[in-house]
Order: sequence, then structure tokens, then C-alpha cells
Amino acid sequence: MADFPAELRRALPRLAEGLLVTAEATVLGAALALLLAYVLGLSSRSARLPVRGAARFVVEFFRGTSLYVQLFWLFFALPMVGFRLEPLACAVLALGLNYGAYGAEVVRGAITAVPRAQTEAGIALGMGPALRLRRVVLPQAHALMVAPFKNLLVQLLKATPLLSLVTVPDLTFQIDQLRSATGATAASYLLLLGLYFAMAVGLSLLMNALERVAKARLGQEGGA
Amino acid sequence: MPTEDRKDPAAPAVRFERVTKRFGDHTVLDGLDLEVGRGERVTLIGPSGSGKTTILRLLMTLERVTDGLVLVDGQPYSHMPRGAGGKLVPADERHLAVLRRRIGMVFQQFNLFPHMSVLENVVEAPVHVLGEGREEARRRARDLLDLVGLGDKAEARPTRLSGGQQQRVAIARALAMRPEILLLDEVTSALDPELVAEVLDVLRDIARNTDITLLCVTHEMGFARDVSDRILMFDRGRIVESGPAGELLESPTHARTRAFLGSVR
Repeated sequence: MADFPAELRRALPRLAEGLLVTAEATVLGAALALLLAYVLGLSSRSARLPVRGAARFVVEFFRGTSLYVQLFWLFFALPMVGFRLEPLACAVLALGLNYGAYGAEVVRGAITAVPRAQTEAGIALGMGPALRLRRVVLPQAHALMVAPFKNLLVQLLKATPLLSLVTVPDLTFQIDQLRSATGATAASYLLLLGLYFAMAVGLSLLMNALERVAKARLGQEGGA
Repeated sequence: MPTEDRKDPAAPAVRFERVTKRFGDHTVLDGLDLEVGRGERVTLIGPSGSGKTTILRLLMTLERVTDGLVLVDGQPYSHMPRGAGGKLVPADERHLAVLRRRIGMVFQQFNLFPHMSVLENVVEAPVHVLGEGREEARRRARDLLDLVGLGDKAEARPTRLSGGQQQRVAIARALAMRPEILLLDEVTSALDPELVAEVLDVLRDIARNTDITLLCVTHEMGFARDVSDRILMFDRGRIVESGPAGELLESPTHARTRAFLGSVR
């Protein structure tokens, strides 16, 4: 325990690398999740049954199977059928698919929550379905999406320690190395808690600012 | 088959042929026949639930007919001809889009777009639906906002306006599409009493200075008398009585009409 501060100082560059990997996985995973959330969320409102059905199935499948299993499947099982992905790619894919499925429900719910009267106003102005969605419904739905997306983003960040299980050298992985080297389990994991908490708070603050902007755009200054 | 615009100049602006509308087991309109001439101003009165608003919503294609046919300018609107025989089938979105452009609607609850300024609300459809240039659209929008007395509110958010102001913006927004037929669905019912007059004054102006076809649902009998050529009294999805505005309001022949007019006065 005595040499923990010294070991910590020596480990700082690796911790910084780990932090960067965690940030990278979070950002890329969230970007993929956001993309999938839109594609799946919009598709699950399609008038065409096959499109809607496929989207529903994908959403239910990735919500209904654990991220842990999905990650292991991509990392350990996929190579057996001939596809080998980089560990970080596996991680981003698993995070994106899993949180994209949850995000699809956010997108769908937010669109549904925009009053029907807004769509009717669009129809009365001769706007077609695509134009109504793009110009009337989505801009209002966005403001409703920010708060649930914030929760998902923080959850995604907090799910990234799983990546250390498939050899991704993320923050958890690096701190675990530090713990092994020093035997200072309590101090190492306390540091880990603190770092994740700081990152989560940072993301929350960022999203809160985004929510204020989105609400102000709807003329709801100050938020509610 | 793409929908062609074959406007029949002799045809009435709107024609309902034996139109039935049911919501589940509830029949709102029951084999209704109705004609509105071009440029005519028609007001629909009657107790709530009598099907007046449904007529406007069918015309705006916010609802679909259960049975019967709606024509606009003599052309099938709720339905479209298909195949060599021209058999009528329920209209698809592309067919509706063509004729719907002639019709505008003002809603009871205004339904302005909250994420756009007042000016953007008015400019939106002319630019994105009619393909008008942005500058031209903005210039016309400002004229229309002047017309409804809100020239100084162009940059405001709709949520910052009073109900009466919001409704006047909604009227300007509808007019920006140059509709030939304007549907007014209880446009003052959601307003505080002191704000009703400013909205009705704007509509009286429009009735006086344009040849737009007007179809109104209202409980404002004074307004109905001022703007209408004809008033239709509805009850349970049927027209009970119809006649020139003054006549019907002064000397209704039907007991149901007398009872209704007595209740709203």
C-alpha cells in the first residue's frame, strides 16, 4: 500500500491511454447507437409491415439479450464462423446495437408524443409525410429525446468496463493492472469509481446544456 | 396512374355524395349529400357531436370516408379512378396531395408550429410545398401578417402570443397557401371571450375582400349571419334544415333548429 502513490504516478500514462480508450468506445458506441436508434425508431413507425416487423424484431432481440452475451458472441463466437473483428470494433458494435435498440424506443416514443394536431396542421398545409416528419415532427421530438438519451448515454459509459473482459485496454483494464501491481485493491477501485463518476457527471452536464438549447428552440425557455 | 388535374369549371367546389362516416359502431355522418358552390360561404351549425367538424376533417383528409364519395371541383377526391374502366378506389397519399392543396384549414386549437417563429410558420409551406422562393415567401408572409394585424410579431415565438394572436397567425399561415377553399373549425371556441372579436374581424375582412370558398363550423351566430350565404343546421349526422343565413336564423322552420338557436343565444 505504501508504494501506491509512486505506482500510480508511474501508471499515469497508461491510465490516460485507458481513459482515452473508454472515451473512444463511449463516443463511437454512442454514435452508432444514435444512428441505429433513428433508423430502427423511424422504421418501427413505417406503414410497410415488413419494414416495421423487421425493425421491431431487431429492437426486441437486442433489448432482450444481454450486452455481456452479445459482446462475448461477437468476440469469441464470430471468429469461429470466419469473421474476426478487432476487440474495440466488437465493443463498439455491441454497445451500438444494444443501446441503439433502447434508443429506438426513445425515438419512437418521442415521435409518438408529438401531438397529432401538429401532423394535422402539416397535412392542412399540403405537406407530405416525409416533409411533415422532417420539418414538423422531428424538431419537436428531438427536445423530448434529450433527457432519455442522457440516461442511455450515461448507462452506455457505465457499461464500458465490460470491454476489459474482451481484452480492450480501457480504463477498467488499466486500473486492474495497477491493482495487480500494487495489491491496493481498495484504493484502485476507489479511484475507478471516482473517475467513472466524474465522466458520468461531465456527460450529464453536457446533455443538460443540450436539453436547454432544445427546449429554448421550442419556445419553452428555462426548460420545465 | 398519376392524378391529373381536370378541374371542371361548372362543378361545385365541394360535393359530398351519400357520405357515411363511422367511428367503430358510432355513425357520425349517415349518407350525407352536400354541395358547396364556388365562392359560396356556408356555415354549419348544430349541437356538438352532430358531425359538423367531421365534414371539415373529411375535406382536409384528416379522416377517411367509410362510404360514399367526396368530390372537389368535380373531381373524385376521397377516391381515385383506377384502370381502364376508371373504377373508383380509395385515394392514396399521392392522389390526395394534388387536390388537398386547394384546401386550407384553421383549427380550434391553432396548431401553430412551436419550434418556428411566427414568420417561419407562415413561410414554411409556401417554400417547402409550393416551392416558392424564400424572399418572395417572406415578403408575402409579412403582407399576410399585416393583414391580420400582427406585422410587429413576425419574429416572436407562437407560445409568447395570446390565443387570439395565435389564431390570427394560423389564419395568415393558411392563406399563405392561397387556398380556394378555407375550412374554419370552431376557430374562436378556444379563445377567451374578449379575444373572439379580433379573430372574427379578420375573418369578416377576408370574406369581404376575397372570393374564397368558406366552410365554417361555429357557435358565433352573429358571425355566421355576417359572412354566410347559407347556413346548414345539423343534428345526428344529418342536415335538419338549410337556408339563407338571415332566414334560417330569424325564422327557423324546424323545431330542432329553434331549440338549438335558443340554447346558443
